Amino acid sequence: MIGLPLVYLLAGLTFAAFAGLSAVDRENSKRFGNAAFWGLFAISFLAGDRLGDLGNGILALALALIAGTGQLGVGAPKTTSPEARETLAATYGAKLFIPALVIPVLVLAGSLTLKRLSLHGAPVVDPKQATLISLAFAALVAAILAQLMFRQPAAASVQEGRRLMDLVGWAALLPQMLAALGAVFAIAGVGNTIGEIAVQLTPVDSRFAAVAAYCLGMAAFTVMMGNAFAAFPVMTGGIALPMVVGRFHGDPAVVCAIGMLSGFCGTLLTPLAANFNLVPAALLQLKDRYAVIRAQAPTAVLMLIVNVVLMNALAFHP
Amino acid sequence: MLTLLGVAVIVLGFALRFNPLLVVIAAALTSGIAAGLTPLEVLAAFGKAFNTNRYVSVAWLVLPAIGVLERAGLKEQARRTIQGLRAATPGRILLAYLALRQVTAAFGLTQVAGQAQTVRPVLAPMAEAAAELQTGGLVADDTRQRVRAMSAATDNVGLFFGEDIFLAIGSILLIVGFLDQSGISVEPLTLSVWAIPTAIAAFLIHGGRLLLFDRRLAKTEVEE
Repeated sequence: MIGLPLVYLLAGLTFAAFAGLSAVDRENSKRFGNAAFWGLFAISFLAGDRLGDLGNGILALALALIAGTGQLGVGAPKTTSPEARETLAATYGAKLFIPALVIPVLVLAGSLTLKRLSLHGAPVVDPKQATLISLAFAALVAAILAQLMFRQPAAASVQEGRRLMDLVGWAALLPQMLAALGAVFAIAGVGNTIGEIAVQLTPVDSRFAAVAAYCLGMAAFTVMMGNAFAAFPVMTGGIALPMVVGRFHGDPAVVCAIGMLSGFCGTLLTPLAANFNLVPAALLQLKDRYAVIRAQAPTAVLMLIVNVVLMNALAFHP
Repeated sequence: MLTLLGVAVIVLGFALRFNPLLVVIAAALTSGIAAGLTPLEVLAAFGKAFNTNRYVSVAWLVLPAIGVLERAGLKEQARRTIQGLRAATPGRILLAYLALRQVTAAFGLTQVAGQAQTVRPVLAPMAEAAAELQTGGLVADDTRQRVRAMSAATDNVGLFFGEDIFLAIGSILLIVGFLDQSGISVEPLTLSVWAIPTAIAAFLIHGGRLLLFDRRLAKTEVEE
């Protein structure tokens, strides 16, 4: 059965290639820092299951230390000049969009069909991982297609991948690190403690106050934990079910649907939702790491107010 | 209560702009030790979760394909597409993208676009090219930065306030499961219907901001 191990093998080999090419990149004064960083990440993908828990913890710590002590540079593989790119764009025109569109089309087709493929009654592809496997496969196909269609050199995809990866730098690992932090917070009971405090702070006297406390609590908890999914059970169990639904008879479907969306307003505001907020700032080479959050903040705050008003208006049937 | 010190470490560390990877590990150690674990136990728990969450980083596999396309002129082609459209402004392009992203996400197609595969190589160059059209060529660096940040923000807003309309998205399934445990039975369809008013409001509010964004851009460029 094709499952995560194959995807991890592909990722491990890709990062190993980034590490190898970084090590021989004399243009980058910190080339060994980059080689060590992407090399350790490759080891995590290739051998993570054999390192043991403490081994993986030490690996994560080493990655953080390499990045935190400023050992990461930005590699400069040879690429085409802006003028050459203008000429190429004029030559190939809209065809350039084709491989870019192949990715979503294959992901969609793969996640819909791969689950159903079976050979002698056994699934060919792990049904739970169909989307992730489709994504890895689509990325591979698109890279090969782009290389063939536009006659790019054989090493181009790995070198160009490394160029973009170095631009993202440490931010590339932050989403996975934050997921691990979430697990440690869960063991330490951080979420429950915050939930208890929020419940104590919730005013009990009016319907509107309970609704506002739930929506604002969802957003605030999400800002602190980086994830609305972590906030939802704590806030809904603590405030929404006993107060908004239990005491004031709100419709649980409306309350929960809008409560979750209030959490999403918090996601737009927090650097802890790194893959949405910090990674794009790195990908777009923004000078201010928090520029995307700043651009989202007015929408997020207004939407939070809208959610309070909508829940108050829609959840209580006469 | 002491376990909350980990949250304080996160807030301070991010506010003071220390390296976030170090901040995350420091926060884990703080909360873990406050909860009575030894530093090595915390590191092992962190490592275990780091390993099981590797799938989060698989999305980077898309970079080689995007990189080759950029090498062959994809960004330049995205700009050329816009240069032929007289009516194009950054706000209007982003508004059209917002609608597209919300509608596709509402059908569960959350993976068809994204920051690495859409915003960086196509959307942001298009919006920047439109800003150049609007001002007749030169665009200040600060303005470029704002247009790019708004492009990334629009992708997030479209995704977040579209996906909950789809029945089988993670957040809907989480709500159904949680309510079920509490003895309340709710149909996924009912939940997704109640996500629609917020989705419409998000389109109006963020869309309105995008149109105002155009006017502000025109103003700042004239002043400069």
